[in-house]
Order: sequence, then structure tokens, then C-alpha cells
Amino acid sequence: MEILMSIVVGVLFTSAVYLILSKSLLRVIIGTALLSHGAHLLLLTMSGLKTGDAPVLLDGVTSYTDPLPQALVLTAIVISFGVTAFFLVLAYRAYQELGTDNMEEMKGNESND
Amino acid sequence: MSLLHIAIVLPFIAAVFIPFLFKGFRNIHTGWFVLLVPLALFIYFIQYLPVTSGGQTVSKTFEWIPSLGINFNAHVDGLGLLFALLITGIGSLVVLYSIYYLAKEKEALHNFYVYLLMFMGAMLGVVLSDNLIVLYMFWEFTSISSFLLIGYWYDKERSRYGAQKSMLITVFGGLSMLGGIVLLYIMSGTFSIQELISMSGSLMQDPMFIPAMLLILLGAFTKSAQFPFHVWLPDAMEAPTPVSAYLHSATMVKAGIYLVARMSPVFAESGIWLWLVAGFGLFTLFWGSFNAVKQTDLKGILAFSTISQLGLIMSLLGLGAAALHFDQLDENIYMGATIAAVFHLINHATFKGSLFMVAGIVDHETGTRDIRNLGGLVNLMPITFTIALIGTFSMAGLPPFNGFLSKEMFLLATLEILEFNLFSMDTWGILFPVIAWIASVFTFIYSIMLLFKTFLGKLQLDKLPKKPHEAPIGMLISPIVLGALVIVFGFFPNLLSNSMIKPAVEAILPSLVDSGQEVYVNIYFWHGFTPELFMTIGIVLFGTLLYATLGKWQGIYNRIPEQFTINGVYDRGLEKGESGSFKLTEGIMTGYMRTYLLYIFGFFVAILLSTLVVRDAFSIDTSNLAEIRIYEVILAVVMIASAITILFAKSRLTSIIALGAVGYSVALFFVFFRAPDLALTQLVIETVSVALFLLCFYHLPEISRKEERMGFRFGNAVISILVGITITLIAISAYSNSSVFESISQYHIDNVYKLAAGGNMVNVILVDFRGFDTLFEICVLGVAALGIYAMVHFRGVRRQKG
Amino acid sequence: MKKPNDVILQTVTTVISFIIILFSINLFFAGHYTPGGGFIGGLMTAAALVLLLLAYDVKTLNTILPFDYRMMTAAGLLIAVLTGAGALLFNQPFLTHAYDYFNLPLLGETSLHTAVLFDIGVYLVVIGVTMTIIQTIGESE
Repeated sequence: MEILMSIVVGVLFTSAVYLILSKSLLRVIIGTALLSHGAHLLLLTMSGLKTGDAPVLLDGVTSYTDPLPQALVLTAIVISFGVTAFFLVLAYRAYQELGTDNMEEMKGNESND
Repeated sequence: MSLLHIAIVLPFIAAVFIPFLFKGFRNIHTGWFVLLVPLALFIYFIQYLPVTSGGQTVSKTFEWIPSLGINFNAHVDGLGLLFALLITGIGSLVVLYSIYYLAKEKEALHNFYVYLLMFMGAMLGVVLSDNLIVLYMFWEFTSISSFLLIGYWYDKERSRYGAQKSMLITVFGGLSMLGGIVLLYIMSGTFSIQELISMSGSLMQDPMFIPAMLLILLGAFTKSAQFPFHVWLPDAMEAPTPVSAYLHSATMVKAGIYLVARMSPVFAESGIWLWLVAGFGLFTLFWGSFNAVKQTDLKGILAFSTISQLGLIMSLLGLGAAALHFDQLDENIYMGATIAAVFHLINHATFKGSLFMVAGIVDHETGTRDIRNLGGLVNLMPITFTIALIGTFSMAGLPPFNGFLSKEMFLLATLEILEFNLFSMDTWGILFPVIAWIASVFTFIYSIMLLFKTFLGKLQLDKLPKKPHEAPIGMLISPIVLGALVIVFGFFPNLLSNSMIKPAVEAILPSLVDSGQEVYVNIYFWHGFTPELFMTIGIVLFGTLLYATLGKWQGIYNRIPEQFTINGVYDRGLEKGESGSFKLTEGIMTGYMRTYLLYIFGFFVAILLSTLVVRDAFSIDTSNLAEIRIYEVILAVVMIASAITILFAKSRLTSIIALGAVGYSVALFFVFFRAPDLALTQLVIETVSVALFLLCFYHLPEISRKEERMGFRFGNAVISILVGITITLIAISAYSNSSVFESISQYHIDNVYKLAAGGNMVNVILVDFRGFDTLFEICVLGVAALGIYAMVHFRGVRRQKG
Repeated sequence: MKKPNDVILQTVTTVISFIIILFSINLFFAGHYTPGGGFIGGLMTAAALVLLLLAYDVKTLNTILPFDYRMMTAAGLLIAVLTGAGALLFNQPFLTHAYDYFNLPLLGETSLHTAVLFDIGVYLVVIGVTMTIIQTIGESE
């Protein structure tokens, strides 16, 4: 399972990086969202999967899955939501101001500061 | 913090108040306030004279960064005190002179005196600190204040050029000196000079000894304008004349001399030290005096003369190191070189200081410093002429002035080195008296030139911008004091012998004093008809002859093509450096985000993959794998398919739906992986995110109109696939190596009920065990929300501007 | 903007969103012992509000629930920080939590926990942030 998940994570990262390197601002945003999905799964996979029951105390249960990566991932999910929303609005405003969502045309080291 | 420390930082403290004094008392020249600082310090340091001449030293410690061995240890010994008195004494005279030189109505005096005080404090710090790091810090401070003072008239292009040049060269030297200091620390484990001296014998065996010595010498040579680093000094003459007199002849340029003298006990037993210091000094002496003759600017002549005199002192210090190879103090003739070095150091400060001030007076009263336009000023400026006469004759080495005494001692030292039979001195040593003699001839020529072309000859009133007359008395006080000292030291050199020269020499060569012997310093005029006297007579004869025929041989100066001069090399180097780095940045910083991301991902892959290979970190542990269910495989396939769909989607809507599919699959995986909290969060977040995306499109019809499939780029594909492979390999290795260290998770599992009285470990970790993370996380969320709000609601500022 | 015909959506939403909100509050309080907590509860509530917003529009939502969501974010942050700072009064490190058991009327023996206060802060921030974002985009025309 861990190896399968590693490969899935690899594919997610591949698509995400390819999207991030593209010209369209929207694709870059989708890429970052995909990248965070991959990162969440990566964190969980590295700690070992299904090593016990859900990390909620129950009588008679002795082995639990690692709760720490889960707490980290929970934080990461919410943060990545905030970041995605921020990016989205940034892209939207950039489009309104500059009239393009093409990264190549946004290159701004000449004339328009 | 003792009184001594306060004395060192007093100029810095005083500098803080200068701008207020300048603003508050506009009709009093700010210089009068400033003058109190060096005067008070001079009187304070005079009190140490009895202490050091009795062979004692004073040390005061102030802990600064004790954990790194960096303490502000003030150490007063003969050498340090000599410099401290020079700094404060000449400093007082220069400040007094500047009061008349810089008009209070026109000049930015608050800047000037802040820089000057900063320099004064920094210089005191250099000569009085025992800790090398503290010394380095003050050393760089002197470079910075020198930069600011050279660029004081920053609207002049030459000033800016000179300031930058001096900064680049001296800071380069300072940096290599820091390297040398660090090497010394690695060898010895201490930054304290006194401790270094006590272990100098064992240091010599260290393989790092020579590199450390070279680096420290580089620092000293750049600061003291030794060939080939002398090029910054002539350009530094763009500074106001008081600054030239103070920094660029009397004190700052002698910091390099000080460093060489200070580090002599550590390094001087090495033959390389002797040859390098003496050799570079000697060549600088020759090169400076040779070039001084072709200058037409008064300050230009003085600048090259300073270079040459610094070389003289430097070579004397080098020759003095020969004394270390003889245990006997009596009859140790090489001792004379070090005594001469210290003596000439004092003499040079007096006569060169007065000459700079004379040059300033001539400039101030006639409006020009070009000797081709000057002449015949003797009748108009008799007092200035007298001072100039004393200064130039002393510089030329003529009796009865102090320059004669030290010049004789110098010539004697070069002759005596012929009898030194170590380090192949007995064969090559003959160069020393020969070059010294030639250089002295040129010294004689430019000294005479300086005096005669300015004050004698025909008065060319039409070429002078101003009508010349004698300077005001205030401006004359300082050069008169210095000129008087030239004569006093000339007639009564032994005034200095025991009070200043002896303690300083003992500080430079402490190993000779350790055996209970005393350095005997006695300087007198008449030695009988010795070789050095004949050399002086030869210098005067040949010098006069060459001066008389100057016009016939002056052409040789034009023989050196411009591009082969050191200045040419410096200028082209700077230009190439600028254009080269500009091209480099242009090449790297394209302005495309894609390029930067490529760098990031490229380095990511290169570093992680190479580490995996080099460390042999890749491993697969299949013993403990969780079992795979068929629905999990299906879900994985769905997820991969959705991720790839995004890449090939034509419509943006499709890609967003595919992204949602990936997100929901992740949520399902969380369920399989026994993470109920994550699954719930992911489900809700995904819903809200998709809503957000859709909302964006709903309100942005135009953004979704021009849609096209993503073009294929081979480079991007390679990078992304490499990133994917790296991540997969790391994930597998990380999982397989998880037994490398103990996980802290067990602590949370064990204590979730005991300490936090909770049942849901994830939530307890979030709000209790790692509450700080959560607190900051909600802060980040708040910032993101505010950012979004601001982006949408506070628009139009830019439009109004444009 | 032409008025879309979504009677069914609107009718269902009114009912469902209240169920979701109630469920989210349940999730929030259950969070200490079973899955749930401030993040999930907050997101769930926000999701219900987003649903309302999609079914009606920004203006309607503002009339039904006249909250200033930025103030809500600030209030949540303040509660969280003050809870953490409260520990300082008892000479404990910042963010040290305390709990005890009380016998409350109607509820019986209950454990009361300062961590819940902190979680309320998280809950409010999450709702506030999500709604600020959605509302801002919705209003931006």
C-alpha cells in the first residue's frame, strides 16, 4: 500500500509541477492545489499506513495510527485552502488590472514597474 | 566598562550630538565643540606616558560576546599609546585647522564632523584593542569613515570615484585580514594578540602559519597603500585637505604600519615576513618617490610622497625583524631599524601634516594647487613659506631637521642588513641600500620641487583664480605647531627616546626585552664621517643635478602606456566586473516566473537525488507493508486518471471538476487510512474550494472565454517527471527508514487522556499539545482573508497615480 | 444578471443548511473525544452558509445573517490569544490548558475545559475567514 501510495503521490507531483510551469495563471493555481494534495498524502504515507485504529481513544484498543502526521495534515489542509483562495483572488485581480492571465505577458521588469 | 573604554568610544558618543549642535548654534563654528574631544583625550592619554615608559602596560576587559571569545579588551602599551597620542594630538590640530578651512556658512559641517569623530574613535579602537575581532571591527569603521570623508563633496565626480576606489581596495584588504584572523584563531584558539604573542613559537610550525601571515599582510598593505595597492591614495586627495592631512598621511594609512608592528612578535621570525615586508616597503618607497616627481598637483605630490614614506617605514619594520635572530641586545645593530621606524613614524606625522596644511593654505588663498600656475608666493605668504621650508627640508632628509635623523638611521639600517647572513640576505641584500639611495634622490627632487615651484620663481598672478595673501592666523597655528615640532625633534630627539620610542620598540620586539635587558635608544646628530653621511651628501648632489636638468629627462614618465598602469588595470577591472555581473543577472533573472520555478525545481531534484545516491539512502522495506484492497486500487487509478485529465483538459471547467475529483479521492483515502478528522475536513474544504472556483468563474465571464489546450513543453515535462520520481523515491525511503529514530507520537498517544483529558488525539494535539501551531495557523488564515479583502476593496490607488 | 430558476435548490437549501449547521455544532463539541473540533465544525458551518449563498445571493444572505465576518475573525483570534494568555495569570507558560469536572444541572457530571475556549476561537476564525473570502469575491462585481 505504501509503495502504491508513493507512486500515486509521484504522479500527483508530476502533474502539479507541469501545471505550475505552464503559462496560464489559472493552471498555476490548480497546480498548487494539486501539489498540496500530493504533499498531504506524502506526509501520511511516510509515517506508515493503517498501523492501527483511528486515533480516538477507545476501550480495548491498544494500537492506533500515528496521530501526529494527521494533525500536521489537518493544519496543512486548512492553510492550503487559504492559500488557494488568496491565489485565486490575486489572479482575478491581476487579470482585471493587466487584462491577461498569461504569465509570459506579465513579465514586469520593464516599463510598467 | 572602564574609563579607558569610555575614552575610546567618546568620539562616537560625541558624534551623536554634533548634528544638534550644528542646528542649535548656527553662528558658532561646530568645530569649536568638536575640538574639545581630541584635546580632552590627548590630555587623558598623556597620563599613560609614565606608565608605559616604565615598561608597564594597562589592560582593561569589557565582556562583549564572551561565548565566542570576543571581548573588548583595551590594552595600552608603548606602541598603542604612541598611536593614540598621534591620533588625538594631530586630531586636535586638524580640527583647529578645519575650523578656518571649512566655512560654516557653506559646508555641511554636521556631516563632516560626525565622520571625523567616527574615524577618530575607530582609529583609537584599532590601536588600543587587544582582541583581533574588535580590532577588525574598528578597522572597517576607519575604512567606512574614510570613504565618507573622501566623498564629502559628493557632487564632484572625482570625489565619488576616489571614495569608491579607496573603499573597494581597503575593504578587500580588510576582508582578507579577517580571513587571516580566523586562521590564527583556528591555530591558536584565541583572538587575543597578547596570548598569540606568547605562543608564537608553536604557531610557526603550523601549516596555516604562512597563509595567515599573507592574509594579514594583505590587509596591512592595502590600508597603508603599499605597491600595488597604493593607487587609492592619490585619488583619496579629493577629500578636504584637513582630512588628507589627518587620515591620509598621519593616522589611517599608518594603521597598516601599526598592524605590521603589532603582529611582528607573532610572525617576524619567519624569513618570508622579513622579505615581504622589507621588499614591498622598499619598492613602494622607490615607486612613490619616482612617481611623485611627475605630479603637478600639490596634493598629488604629497600623496605619492606619503606612499613612499609609508614604504620606508614598512621596510624598516621588515629589516628590524632581523634583530630577532640574535639573542644579545647589546651590539644588536638590527634593532636600529625598528627604532628608526618608530622615530620616522613620528617625524613623518609632523612634517607631512604641516605640508598638507600648507598645501591647503595655498589652495585656499590662491584657488589652485597646480604647481605650473604657482610660483613666487614667498613675498606674499612669508609664514607659510617658512613652514613649507621646514617641512620639505625635513622630508628631503636635510639637517638640522628631524627627517635628517631618521633618514640617516634608515640608510644605516639598509647598510647593516648586508652583514645579515640568513635568508640569502648576504647576496640579495645589496639591493636594499641601492634602491634606498635612488629613492632618496627622487625624494630630494620632489621635496625641492614642491618648495621652489610654489614659493620661488615668477609670480603668475593672471593664472591664479584668487588674489593671494597670507592666511589668517587661526589657519596657521596648526602648521606652525607641527613645524616647531619638526625643529624641536630635530635638535632634541632624545625628548622622545625614553618616553615614546623605547616603549614602542619594546612592544614591537618583546622577546628581546623578556630577558631583563633594556632597549637603549640614543639618537644624535654627529656620527663622524660614516657611509650614511656620504650617502646623504651624494643624494643632495645628485638630486640638485637632476632637479636642474628636470626638463631633459622628464619624458620618461610618458613611456608607460596607460593600459599597463595599475590604475588602468583597476579601472578596466571595475568596468568589466560591472558589465559582467550585469550580464549575469540579466541572464539569470529573466522576469519570467517559469524560469525561477525551473531553477527551484531543478535544484530540488538535483540536490535530493544526488543526496539519495551519495548517501546511499534509498531503501525499500517490504516487510511491514499495509495490505491493499481492491477498492483502494480502483481509487488510486481514479485519482491518477483525474490528475492526468487536468493536464489534457481543454475547458477550465473540466480541469476544476477533475481537481475536485482528486480532492474527494484524497478524502476517501483519509477514510481508508483511519483518519476521520482529515476525511471530514477534506470533504468540506473540497466542497468550499470548488464553490470558490465556480464563484470566481461566475463572476468572471471574460476569464473563461479564451480557452485553449495547454501546449506541450518537453523541458517542463522532463522537470516534472523528475520531481515526481524524486518524491516517490523519497517517500519509499522515508517510510522504509522510519526506524532510524524514535517517533514522538507515542508520547501524544500515551498522554492524551492523562494530561489533556481528551479522547480525540488529533484534536488534542491541535488545540493543546501543539496549540501554538494552531494559533499561528488561524493568524495566517486571518491574514489571507484580510489580503483578499484588501485586494478587492482597496483598488484604484495605482490608477489614480498612473 | 438574469434570475435563474432554482426553486428546488432554494427550498431544499433552507432545510438542509440548518441541519448542517446543527450537525456542525455537534461536531464542534464532540471534537474533544470523537472526530470533530473547531476546524471541522467551522468549515461545516461555513459550508452551510456557502450553500445558502449559492442558492440565494449575497444580499439575501446579508439580510438573513447580518454578521460582519471580518469582526468574527478578529473576535476568534482574540479569544484564542486570550485563552492562551490566561495561563500566564496562573504563572503557567502561554497556552497551558486546564480542565476539571463539574456537576452541572441538567447535564450531570461534565468536564469543562479551557481548550474548548481556544477551539471556539478557531471555530470563529474559520467561519469568519471562509465567509470573508466568499463574500468578497461575491461582492466584487
